[in-house]
Parts: sequence; C-alpha cells; structure tokens
Amino acid sequence: MAFVELHQVQKNFATATAVENFNLDVERGEFVSFLGPSGCGKTTTLRMIAGFEVPSSGTIRLNGADVTNLPPNKRNVGMVFQSYALFPNMTVAENIAFGMTVARKPKEEITKRVDEMLRLIHLPQLGNRYPYQLSGGQQQRVALARALAIQPQVLLLDEPLSALDAKIRVSLRQEIRAIQRTLGITTIYVTHDQEEAMSLSDRIVVMSNGRMEQVGTPFEIYNFPKTQFVASFVGTLNQLQARVSDAASGKLDVEGQTIYAAKPFEKMTGETVAIALRPEMIDLDGSGESEENHLQGTVEDTTFLGSIVRTRVRLRDSIISFDTFNNPNLTLPRASEKITMSFPRDAVLILEQNAAPVQA
Amino acid sequence: MAQTAVVTKSGAAFTLPRVRTIFITWLGVIPFFAFAFLFLLLPSSSLFIESFQDTQGNFTLANIVGLFDEPIRSGYIASIEISAFTALVGGIFGFLLAYAVTLGGLPKWVRSSYVTFSGVASNFAGVPLAFAFVAVLGRTGAITALFKNVGINLYDIGFNLYDFWGLSLVYLFFQFPLMLLIMIPSLEGLKPEWREAAANLGATQFEYWRRVAFPILLPSLLGTMILLFGNAFGAYATAFALTGGRLNLVTIQIGAQIRGDVLHNPNLGFAMALGMVFIMFVCIIGYTLLQRQTERWLR
Repeated sequence: MAFVELHQVQKNFATATAVENFNLDVERGEFVSFLGPSGCGKTTTLRMIAGFEVPSSGTIRLNGADVTNLPPNKRNVGMVFQSYALFPNMTVAENIAFGMTVARKPKEEITKRVDEMLRLIHLPQLGNRYPYQLSGGQQQRVALARALAIQPQVLLLDEPLSALDAKIRVSLRQEIRAIQRTLGITTIYVTHDQEEAMSLSDRIVVMSNGRMEQVGTPFEIYNFPKTQFVASFVGTLNQLQARVSDAASGKLDVEGQTIYAAKPFEKMTGETVAIALRPEMIDLDGSGESEENHLQGTVEDTTFLGSIVRTRVRLRDSIISFDTFNNPNLTLPRASEKITMSFPRDAVLILEQNAAPVQA
Repeated sequence: MAQTAVVTKSGAAFTLPRVRTIFITWLGVIPFFAFAFLFLLLPSSSLFIESFQDTQGNFTLANIVGLFDEPIRSGYIASIEISAFTALVGGIFGFLLAYAVTLGGLPKWVRSSYVTFSGVASNFAGVPLAFAFVAVLGRTGAITALFKNVGINLYDIGFNLYDFWGLSLVYLFFQFPLMLLIMIPSLEGLKPEWREAAANLGATQFEYWRRVAFPILLPSLLGTMILLFGNAFGAYATAFALTGGRLNLVTIQIGAQIRGDVLHNPNLGFAMALGMVFIMFVCIIGYTLLQRQTERWLR
C-alpha cells in the first residue's frame, strides 16, 4: 500500500474542471513533483492533499487513512507556501515553534526541536529575528523548518522557490533535497520549472489542463515523452509531422525525406504521426557517429547560448534546431548554407496526440 | 529634453534642465507650505505664546496652572471620558463591522454600500448631525414619538439625547464608520496564507485569531482607536449644537472663553487649546508608533 494515495480525485469550480480523474500513489520517503504550466491543476491537487480544497469526487489516503474530508488542522501535513507565509508578529523561533505550541507540547521539547530545526536550515543564530529582518531565501528556509517541526507525515511544497532569484533557487533546492533525504520524509513538490523538477524528484507528474499527461522518473520524462505536450513542455524539442511509410520497419517520411524509428509502431501506412527529436541528439553530418538517419535543410540562423550553440535549420516547411557543444575551434554553419544532419534511430520519438488518463 | 548633466570642454558640468525641473517641482508644493505656515504654524505659535501671557501681554504661568482648576479640569475629564468611551465602542463595533464586510463572506454589494455610507457618515458631523439626531431622538423626535405611541416614553426610562450618553450616541454615528474605513485595509492585509499555514500547523480558527491575526491587527486597532479618540476630543460643533453648552466639554469651554459669552479670558482659552494640542500630539505619536509597527510587520 502506498503512503499517499489519490484515487479518481476530481475538483470542479463552478463550470470549470480544475483536476480530472487524478490517480497517484506516492511511496513512503519518495520525492514527487507536479510539473506543469499555470492553471494545469497542480496547486489545486496539492491543496486537496493539504485539506484546503475538498475534492468534488474521489478519495485521498495518507498512510492508509482516508483524509478526504478531514480539516487541514487534523491531517498532520506540513506545507511550504510560495509566499513563505511566515507570521510577521513572531520571531523565527516562535514561527518554528508555532505548530508545537498549538499542540501544547512541553516547553523543553519545543526549545529542543526549534534548535534542531534552526541547525537543520543553517540559521542557528537567527532565532530572535523577525521575518522582515530576513532575506527571501532565509524566510523560505524558516518556512521549511516550521513545516518540518511538527514532524508531518507528508511535506508539501507549493512553488517554494519561485519568488527567489536564480542563484538562491539553485542552492536552496539542493538544500531542500538534502534535508528531504536526511529526514526521509515523503514530499510532494509543485513547480512549473522543469529543471527544478528534474533535479529534485524521484518521479515527476507532468500535468496539463487538470489531467496527468505522464508520470515517470526525470530520465523517462525527458528521454521518452509520451505526448506532444510533455515533449514540448520538458526541455527543448523539435516536433515534426511525419507520414508512416512502413510501420513494421519504423520507416517514416518527413517532408519528402526518409528516416527510421528504432522500433516498429502500431500505425497504419500513410497515417500522419507526430515525432520528436531532441536538439542534443542531432549532429552535423560527419561530426558525430550517428549516421543512420539523415535530414537535409538550409541554415536559418545560429544562436550562441554559452556552453552550447543552437542552429536552426529549415527543412521544407518545418524548422528544427540542433545543439553543438561550444569550443573555441568550432566552425559554425553560415546562414543559407545547405547542410545534412544525422541522428540515431532511437532519437526518433513517436508521440501520442492527446493525453489519456494515466494511472501511476 | 535630456535631464542629465552636460559636461563642457573644460570639464565643468551644468545642469540647467534639472535645476528647472526641481524648481518647478518645488513651485508645486509652495502653496501647501504657505497654507501650512499661515494657518497652522503661525496660529499655533501665536497660541503657544499667548498661553503664557496675561491680557496685558506679560509672561505668566497662571493660564497653565489654571488648567488644573475647576471647571476646566472636569471639562478635560469629561472630554477624555466621552472620547475614550466613543473610541472604544466605535472601535469595537467598527472593527466587527469591518470584519463582516471584509472577511465575513457577505455579497460584494453589501461591502460597497457600507464603504460608501461610511465615507459620508464619517464626515457627517456638526450642526447637521446634531439636528438629524434631534429630529429623530429629541424630545419630540420621530422615533421618540413612535415609542410614545406604543406607550413608551424614552425620556422617562432614562434616555436623554442631551447628556453624556446621548452625545456619545451621536458621536458614535461618525466614529464607527471612521473605524470601518481605516480597518478595512488592515483586514484585507491579512494574507489568506497565514490562515492556511496556521491551520496546516494544527491551529483552530480561534487559535489563528488569538495567536496570529489579532496580534497582527492590534497595532492598527489601537492606533485607529487613538485616532477616534482624537476625533471625538476635538469635536465642538456637534456637542455645542446638541447640548447648547450644558455639557462641560473642554472644546465648549474654549469657545466660551474666546467668544467671551460668560467668561472672558482669551489667554486662558489659548492655554486650554494648548492643552488640547498636547493631548492630540500624544495621540498622534501613539498612532504613528503603532502604525509603524504594523507597516514593519507587513513589509
């Protein structure tokens, strides 16, 4: 039995459906991220787990107990908010102690736990400060400590890093992951930042329009996106329309040029399918080892992105990009130059058109 | 036109456009400073000086000492009592009303109606307000007559519009709308996430209000009540129009001293006004400190 179970969870607001038939099992100690654009239902789902929203239908179980209709203060779930939500009238120590004070824990126990938490978030000297005296990063650490101080069954984080600047975001996300691993706490994390989700999670739930598009490890989500949405949302991806020439041999026609997929697929000959190619899987012909698939096109432009250089190439109607690692001796193709690109068969991903409800 | 300094060949900078902009900006605020100087600073200075002078213009402390004599002392006490009472009652009712229209989940039109009403009511004072109350709750007022028709004489059972309680009732008419207007932004400043965070940490609604919301609002609440106190303390026209000087309030005494109806000692009147300024100054300091605390928390 999973530690957190969401079964057929649905949430409707007036005429709109925010979350639809959501099924998910999260194992004890697992770190799962809900990834998707604004309005995809990820925060609503998290709020249903926290108890701030009541599902229109379906059940939520925590550690085997049905909590679907339990008020938030009875769930023992820790939550970290995007805006920190620290109580401004309390010091850092009082904020961390809040949950235990409300639970009427002995004073000595509270003091000991607050000290532990302050050490955990590397702010042992700041217990007497007020939230307004802290930076955004420090405030979010305190919010994390406050959520963890009550020793919750599950830790929920609602875009906790989105209000912080890029450098602090990276360091704090590493810290969150380290703390989660140390405590072994089951964690559900909401983000619209794919890099954040990739770097933190054991599994990612990609969501769109209130539905799960795909559930998998970061490796699976990135390398084997199942739908067009996942392919376009996670990383940079070339999406092309191809006509099936021979499904049994994986033969496809892309704007008059022939390529092959690694595996046969179940499509009718002549049918149009969506395929995806990662820019980093494509080489300039002769510059790499993968020579099984070739596409010819005309260079539109090149963009210098620091460690990589991205080249955009026009086929007939579509444009695809490929990335080359930057080095000082790199010779870049010029605009309007005709080039041939190559890529392995397993770089060709056949995408589903629409998401079907996913059971994870 | 460029606003930056221009550097000449010799290296000297001249900033004509900037100087002109600054001059124009200052020109805009000159009327305010002129007004404040002529009608606030000058009269206040004159009031201060004349408080320490006798009628011949000689320096004296007699006026200040006189503030502690009867009936001036009891005038101050009466003013403080009525101001404190109406600030407290107006504050509590105004806060509850502000809570109801802000967080009480009432329809939007209720809130906008109350805000509009409060905007008018908080400024509806003086003779018109006194007349309105006399017309409704005076000895021959409409409501009084209505009660009389059903056999209840309000004045026989202790109600009197022209005493302390009656005047307090009239003051409350502009006190609680003022409280409502000032408290609405404070209540709206309570972030929903605080309530959710508190609930998430195991707190009930009551605990959230006791430990989080109320302490956050307290400085605003007290600060606004101080403002209400000052609002009532300085009221003159309403009290005079309603009681005709029968109630011994400090503002009515000042009026009497300066107008010279009964007692004619303008310098004592100035000293009484100075006493009022002092009390109002303490109120403003208290209000400012409390507001500063709230602002710091909500930064």
